[in-house]
Amino acid sequence: MTAPRPTPTAEPLLQVRDLRVAFRRRGEPDTLAVDGVSFDVAPGQVVGLVGESGCGKSVTSMAIMRLLPRRGVQITGSVKMDGEELLTLSEAKMRERRGRDLSMVFQDPLSSLNPVVPIGLQITEVLRRHRGMDKEKARQAAVDLLDRVGIPDPRRRVTAYPHQLSGGMRQRVMIAIALACRPRLLIADEPTTALDVTIQAQILELLKEMVAETGAALIMITHDLGVVAGLCETVNVLYGGRIVERAQRHRLFGTPRHPYTHGLLRSIPRLDAAAGEQLEAIPGSVVDNLPWAHACAFQPRCPRSVDRCVEVTPEAENTGGRLLRCFNPVPASAE
Amino acid sequence: MLRFVLRRLLQVIPTLLLLSLLVFAWLRSLPGGPASAFLGDRATPERIAELNRVLGLDQPVLVQYGRFLGRVLTGDFGVSTITGQPVLTEIGRALPATVELSVAALLIAVLLGIPLGYLAASKRGGPLDISTIIGTLVGVAVPVFFLGYLLKAFFAVELGWFPPSGRQAIALDATDVTGFAVLDGLLTREWDASWDAILHLTLPAITLATIPLAVIVRITRASVLDVMGSDFVRTANSKGLAPGTVRGRHVLRNALLPVSTVIGLQVGLLLAGAVLTEKVFVWGGLGTLLADAITLKDYPRLQALLLLGALVYVLVNLLVDLSYAIIDPRVRLT
Repeated sequence: MTAPRPTPTAEPLLQVRDLRVAFRRRGEPDTLAVDGVSFDVAPGQVVGLVGESGCGKSVTSMAIMRLLPRRGVQITGSVKMDGEELLTLSEAKMRERRGRDLSMVFQDPLSSLNPVVPIGLQITEVLRRHRGMDKEKARQAAVDLLDRVGIPDPRRRVTAYPHQLSGGMRQRVMIAIALACRPRLLIADEPTTALDVTIQAQILELLKEMVAETGAALIMITHDLGVVAGLCETVNVLYGGRIVERAQRHRLFGTPRHPYTHGLLRSIPRLDAAAGEQLEAIPGSVVDNLPWAHACAFQPRCPRSVDRCVEVTPEAENTGGRLLRCFNPVPASAE
Repeated sequence: MLRFVLRRLLQVIPTLLLLSLLVFAWLRSLPGGPASAFLGDRATPERIAELNRVLGLDQPVLVQYGRFLGRVLTGDFGVSTITGQPVLTEIGRALPATVELSVAALLIAVLLGIPLGYLAASKRGGPLDISTIIGTLVGVAVPVFFLGYLLKAFFAVELGWFPPSGRQAIALDATDVTGFAVLDGLLTREWDASWDAILHLTLPAITLATIPLAVIVRITRASVLDVMGSDFVRTANSKGLAPGTVRGRHVLRNALLPVSTVIGLQVGLLLAGAVLTEKVFVWGGLGTLLADAITLKDYPRLQALLLLGALVYVLVNLLVDLSYAIIDPRVRLT
């Protein structure tokens, strides 16, 4: 049971095309949580998916992992890994891939770990399932993994239960589980949000080290641009279920062009801000969104909106390595 | 662990003391008494007074209670005012019948209820789920004695598949070892005796199992649904574990926590249900003793039976707490 090697061509590891996720409830119009998202992840690349609550970033990741409930959810589009379509894969085939080729770290490590099962077993069960290891070998591997993610005294800790560990330790365990089978893609969904600020930096550093060490690609899902700044090469900014801007990290932070990205960056408190300067906020919330079908969803909250924004859907345009979905972008010299 | 058990057992003592006081006072506050019930038509105030004096019921209640406690400490619960036999002897004779019936009913309820509840939850909204919901509603709603007579009329009288009453055919002349008819047959290798006892046991056990079964199915279903939506089950699925592993290790183990509590509580209700079931199937266990004692105001027998019921209830719930510590590592017994 060895994972298929990545093809030597420049073909992306993961290719998401026009992904749409609709939640359907009887007697109500569908809710489009993800509304045509496309992006690529190259082998070993670290990609950010950024946006506020309700922008569809978590649903995107759950759709890629095929962890959304089947009932009441309609997924269209395409998610290809190594050129193989994941969305049409049988459930059994997908189960073989999950945890082995692609895996996930979730937001709240306490609720994401089984409270009545020792952490050691929660690691070894992946290894035994996908690597076919025997009990003893898997146990040794679990001790090594715990050691690698920085858990002190791992030999003793394999028998510990989640409630006996601190929040940061638990998230380290989650990372050990996710990387146990050396998957080529790791999706981290707000992995630091439930943690103390001091622990956040440690976990990010660990994630960075671990993906570098195992060569896994990482999709980092977060609302925190600070997290993205320290980690991601390419950043996708999501709004209302669509990508509104994508660029290399330095370009995106240096010259944000979409008014939403611009607003997000302006709303971060900065140490070098002049004294007394007001922190800017984006007015309104996602509930004000217009449907993308014939407008820009961000228009009601946008300081730069023009007449066309409520009449035509802005298309995503690719110029000079930057993807932008806006009729009236912030001028490149604005910063 | 051992200290926990010991302390809990010590807690039983004040519980039973308080309960005995309540039972004692309550029984004596009821109108009538063993004397008038015993004498029936022949009752005259003089005769009642004389019998009360013989039974010691003419003394103040507190004095009576003091005497009762003193005797109980030496293991003497008094003699039945109905039969004149020591209460403990009577109970000892009837106990195996009720225990056998209750254990059989509980086994049916647990062994059927947990899988059924799990299946209903995993096929939520499907035909099995809906019929389970309706079935359990009916199960809880139908009175025990009505269901008992119904089963008896159909399966025993109409179809003749099962005997309508009793614990064992007298004609078999089975050897009595422990008082548990099914077990005795196995111990003495009288297979036909065991089989006959099982046939006798079937209908009463089903009758008595209905309500706990319905409750266990419902709790299991709700609990499984709750756990299936939890984050750690999502994690288990994200690890690509085999469906069986997700079900057993991740869903069921967590879902069984509330179920075990309910099973403990059901044991108490089982004793209450046994009174009615035993009546319908002429079972001759504690339920029959209790029913007669209530009608004839047999104070000593009632006191002993109620205390026994409380003791069983407390012990079963101690077992439940211990099982908690085994299933859930977060529970520490201190």
